[in-house]
Amino acid sequence: MSIREGLLALLHDGPRHGYQLKTEFEAATGGVWPLNVGQVYTTLDRLERDGMVHAHEANGISAAGVDTGRAGQRTYALTPAGEAELKAWFTTTAPEGPPPRDELMLKVLMAVGVGRAQAVQVVTRQRTVLLAHLQRVRRERAGADGDLAARLVTEALVARAEADLRWLDSCETHLLADRRRR
Amino acid sequence: MDNTNTPAIEFVDVVKRFGAGATEVRALRGVSLDVAPGELVAVMGPSGCGKSTLLHVAGGLEQVDAGRVRLQGRDLGDLGATDLAALRRREVSFVFQRLNLLASLTALENVSLPLELDGVGAREARGRAREALAAVGLDGDSIGRLDRYPDEFSGGQQQRIAIARAIVGRQRVLLCDEPTGALDVATADTVVELLAGLPQRFGTTVVLVTHEPRFASWADRVVFLRDGQIVDQTPSLLGTGLSAEVSS
Repeated sequence: MSIREGLLALLHDGPRHGYQLKTEFEAATGGVWPLNVGQVYTTLDRLERDGMVHAHEANGISAAGVDTGRAGQRTYALTPAGEAELKAWFTTTAPEGPPPRDELMLKVLMAVGVGRAQAVQVVTRQRTVLLAHLQRVRRERAGADGDLAARLVTEALVARAEADLRWLDSCETHLLADRRRR
Repeated sequence: MDNTNTPAIEFVDVVKRFGAGATEVRALRGVSLDVAPGELVAVMGPSGCGKSTLLHVAGGLEQVDAGRVRLQGRDLGDLGATDLAALRRREVSFVFQRLNLLASLTALENVSLPLELDGVGAREARGRAREALAAVGLDGDSIGRLDRYPDEFSGGQQQRIAIARAIVGRQRVLLCDEPTGALDVATADTVVELLAGLPQRFGTTVVLVTHEPRFASWADRVVFLRDGQIVDQTPSLLGTGLSAEVSS
């Protein structure tokens, strides 16, 4: 998953250096996607190449004339092209096409190919594993209630697990109905 | 018998049938399950899989056709009707989707009624009823007078009154059958969170029948039924330090 547009969104608030972007991205996303700072700088290089950001090397002196010790640190700022790309990203939806390859879906579909009984076993087991995951999500993220981003991430994880569990229940219904018809 | 190693509820190869002959339905087909004291177990499964029947036999509301059900170590099959009723009254309470609050009694009266029927004096019963209502977040300061009738409260508040009624007698086992069915998701979540806090606060053993994964995820263990049999269950989180923490 590209972090490109996430960095543009953070730069909308003002210039940042790379490490700042890393920590702010992680805070804004409730800690669910820790970033490697090397990945941040690689992405910033590409954004600069594409004209979305420009880099500026600090002279290390603050507005009050104090040496900040940060001479040579690169700071990045959004260009007009970067602003336009960010605005387009917020207002468009993902292009239609096949869904991303999903291990759970693949596992169940392949099990159906092996046989109905195998598929029912796989569905049963995967449902248990997913519920156990949901139990852990609820407990591990319980302390994050005060942080909006963390709460939204928890809701996303719960909602996606619920969606997968509903799909598994539906698979089971179809498989058992199919088995009874034969 | 009050040994902390004794399961709060034990099912041993339980079979329960309804009807006979061509119309016989096997609601439970050889179910074996132990529920530890203070454990919160969620029971899930499709409609008609035996979830509610499991709860009813646990609480002695139905007799089994084979196998054994033990409550706090007492075999329900060994008890006569009077002893069974007494054990049930002393050890088990229920919360159903249909709240069964008495419309002609106030919230306070609904909660104190079980105690008064058990011979507790009116003053003590009302005092304990107020405590139970406060334990479920319904004290007089937050919601106004408790001498209002059930239909003057919201759906979520009515469910809390029903839970208060279920815990006022301090029974050690609470059996809940789809207690959130009529509530919106946000309200239901707070009700389930309340139920999930009972083991920690009062040592209550809770069995929750639900079809919602998000509510089942509050449990220490989730058991899946299909066609009257347990087909799988999650590992229990009881005693692992990962039991659900609830907001105070």
